[in-house]
Amino acid sequence: MRRAYSIETGEVRIENESRRHFLQRAAGLTLAVYLPAAGAAAGRGLAGGKIAGGAKFEANAFVHIGADDSVTVFAKHLEMGQGSYTGLATILAEELDAAWPQVRVEGAPADAKRYNNLFWGPTQGTGGSTAIANSWEQLRKAGASARAMLVGAAARRWNVPAGEISVADGVVMHKGSGKKSTFGQLAKAAGEQPVPAEVTLKDPKDFKLIGKRIPRKDSPDKTTGKAVFTQDIHLPGMLTAAVAHPPLFGAKVKSFDAGKARAVKGVVDVVQIPSGVAVLGHDTWSAKKGRDELVVEWDESAAFKLGSAEIMARYREAAKAPGVVARKEGDADQALTAATRKFEASFEFPYLAHAAMEPMNCVVRLNKDGTCEMWNGEQMHTLDQARVAGLFGLAPEKVSIHSLYAGGGFGRRANKDSDYVLETAQIVKAISGRAPVKLVWLREDDMRAGYYRPMFYHTLQAALDEQGNPIGWKHRLVGQSIMAGSPFEKMTVKDGVDAVSVEGAANLPYQIPNLLVDLHTPTDIGVPVLWWRSVGSTHTAFSTEIFIDELAVAANKDPVHFRLALLGKHPRHAGVLKLAAEQAGWGKPLAPGKAGERRGRGVAVHESFNTFVAEVAEVTVRADGSLTVDRVVVAVDCGVAVNPDVIRAQAEGSVGFALSAVLYNQITLKDGAVEQSNFHDYPQIRMAEMPRVEVHIVPSAANPTGIGEPAVPPLAPAVANAIAAATGKRLRSLPIAPDLLKV
Amino acid sequence: MTTINLNGKSTRVDADPDTPLLWVLRDTMQLTGTKYGCGIALCGACVVHLDGQPVRACTTPLSAAAGKKVTTIEGVHAGRVGKAVQAAWQKLDVVQCGYCQSGQIMSAVALLAQNRKPTDADIDAALAGNICRCATYVRIRAAIHEAAGALS
Repeated sequence: MRRAYSIETGEVRIENESRRHFLQRAAGLTLAVYLPAAGAAAGRGLAGGKIAGGAKFEANAFVHIGADDSVTVFAKHLEMGQGSYTGLATILAEELDAAWPQVRVEGAPADAKRYNNLFWGPTQGTGGSTAIANSWEQLRKAGASARAMLVGAAARRWNVPAGEISVADGVVMHKGSGKKSTFGQLAKAAGEQPVPAEVTLKDPKDFKLIGKRIPRKDSPDKTTGKAVFTQDIHLPGMLTAAVAHPPLFGAKVKSFDAGKARAVKGVVDVVQIPSGVAVLGHDTWSAKKGRDELVVEWDESAAFKLGSAEIMARYREAAKAPGVVARKEGDADQALTAATRKFEASFEFPYLAHAAMEPMNCVVRLNKDGTCEMWNGEQMHTLDQARVAGLFGLAPEKVSIHSLYAGGGFGRRANKDSDYVLETAQIVKAISGRAPVKLVWLREDDMRAGYYRPMFYHTLQAALDEQGNPIGWKHRLVGQSIMAGSPFEKMTVKDGVDAVSVEGAANLPYQIPNLLVDLHTPTDIGVPVLWWRSVGSTHTAFSTEIFIDELAVAANKDPVHFRLALLGKHPRHAGVLKLAAEQAGWGKPLAPGKAGERRGRGVAVHESFNTFVAEVAEVTVRADGSLTVDRVVVAVDCGVAVNPDVIRAQAEGSVGFALSAVLYNQITLKDGAVEQSNFHDYPQIRMAEMPRVEVHIVPSAANPTGIGEPAVPPLAPAVANAIAAATGKRLRSLPIAPDLLKV
Repeated sequence: MTTINLNGKSTRVDADPDTPLLWVLRDTMQLTGTKYGCGIALCGACVVHLDGQPVRACTTPLSAAAGKKVTTIEGVHAGRVGKAVQAAWQKLDVVQCGYCQSGQIMSAVALLAQNRKPTDADIDAALAGNICRCATYVRIRAAIHEAAGALS
């Protein structure tokens, strides 16, 4: 049986699709919701709060109700730990009035017509903390529509008015007659119901799931070893590949000797691909051993050969000249020249690797029927699909993607060049598609593969008037553009300024009459760079929030009050700042440390991806220079808290993630070669170093924004300001230099 | 052929004796709950129990497991402690990406098997070998205390 309905209204177009049409499913209700393109262009950056225009929107199928009472929500966004599967399902299940235990989540296939990120136009993908924000209205309507169709089916079956029917916890009821039905009993009939032209969404006061603590959907499988990651895929006849990559960015294979590699038991083939030499084995260990035996001569004639020290020296030199203006108000130069109380500081940031626990990997299979399948913790469906299709000369829709859990990502799996995905496809191509291939990057490959958070150099200058009010602020940034040359360039690069390079700096919230932010974007650095959890704010929050703190201290004002006085036009910044300060006991004396210990408390507030976060850190610094972050109080305003416990978890985790970058993380180059390789020289914080974290959420009726990233940026400056309070020493670079805090 | 007792079953494994137990479990046996994270005993994603003791499967050759009991995340629920730890992990929603959690749980079970009332310092020491890049440490600690409470 095949029935399809299509009703267009001014706002929402809804189509009920048959099982033949789309996913192969048992009889039941699969609902599709059309959202027309809004006229507006995307807002700033990838997290722009408006629905992007220009896209041709087609069906988005988000829910299937099975005869077995299961409610399957199709998540168009990657679950990489941030809780997207749980949050997305919560929104839909709320309007559907499903019982939470009956709800399951599956990763949606690659289909930009149905599953595009509404903030990105015609592109399906996850990033910029947009999953919940762009899905909010879409999934509420999808849930409400499915509910209306279940009600319609029940009304018809029971011959009662639809208005007398209620739905709760997965049960459809008619009070007058006492009739009841489960979703599963109504699913088939509901699939034959006309789709409502309009749906009424719930009054938030009636929410039963949104805003409540309900369990994560991925907990059971992730605590029993059943969760499937890309690394876990085994297909019949599959070969596993390990690749020898060049030691320098831009180097190429000159020649190689595969004799010894081929002699390793279990090695099946050795092939050259554009990015190196791949050794294919029956299993991972054979492939790795084979690769260890490979002898490759590299052509380094076009390779990038500068070290980190040389790059930073160039950046310092560049910062002496004005850059391209990103924001200008008043006359900062004049204000700084005229002022008597002037301050300046410079800040240095290293390259950072994402170092997700699951190193990059991908599985690609070419099928005899001319289709291709990929298995991946997929974060950029549309780009990856198009590139793999292009390589094989296939139409994009011939490439299907099985979206799996990702063992972390932090931005790395949303590769603007599809690097590891395309590498897998290149290996399949090199063996003429004769076997499915799983590419496994070993930790060392992952660490050295580039696509780092870019190095940055910042200079800041400011002036205070006689009353201690800031009257001039000049901020110069030097660093590679992430977006230039990428498919997202047009979204963020304008008049020579990549908005991503200056996000958090150009939108400084503090009211200062004379303000200048400018930018140098070097284009001759051959190190691939990429977004890293919270992107530009990873460095801009650090420099701006330390510098504003210094101004407060110089003005002899309390750092919280000083900021609040400058945040008159930014109530949500002020709101989280006040909440964090209050909960942290700001202003009350800290318990003293033991003999020889210095203790301090510091604060920072920052907006990223339209979410506002303030953090207060308490630290203990010992005479040997070692440091403990004892407690961090986090205040979050991310609009409606869809799942408060997931928000708390993200804030807790962001604190720890950011702390690793404060204490340890840096990728350094020597003569172009990456010096780090594994967790011994790129350490992470461990259990004993994790602070106590207390998370407070601002009650809000605003549309929800993201929480995967925004709690990262304030941590480093809050810790730095606490260190300054304890020791008087101001951090000027990350990670903290080992001897900096020694007495 | 090497014989091991894998999650309670005597199992014959056809792999070179020098193959790390990690790859035997993952690729040969296709028990993929045990994860690869670093390959050199730095991250703990591959922790399994060998005769009840926590070991890093990535640096434990198959030969070292010959004739011994190997317990993985797939089999740990058979014991009372394993069951309690998995339940506590779910109750507190510890996981985020989940990739390191098999190793975290195996380390936690090994701790609680020896020490039914661990202090925070005991937890710091026993879990020191396990990295979580999502930094779920706050909840791991809480879940170990939760499991200890359930077991007492």
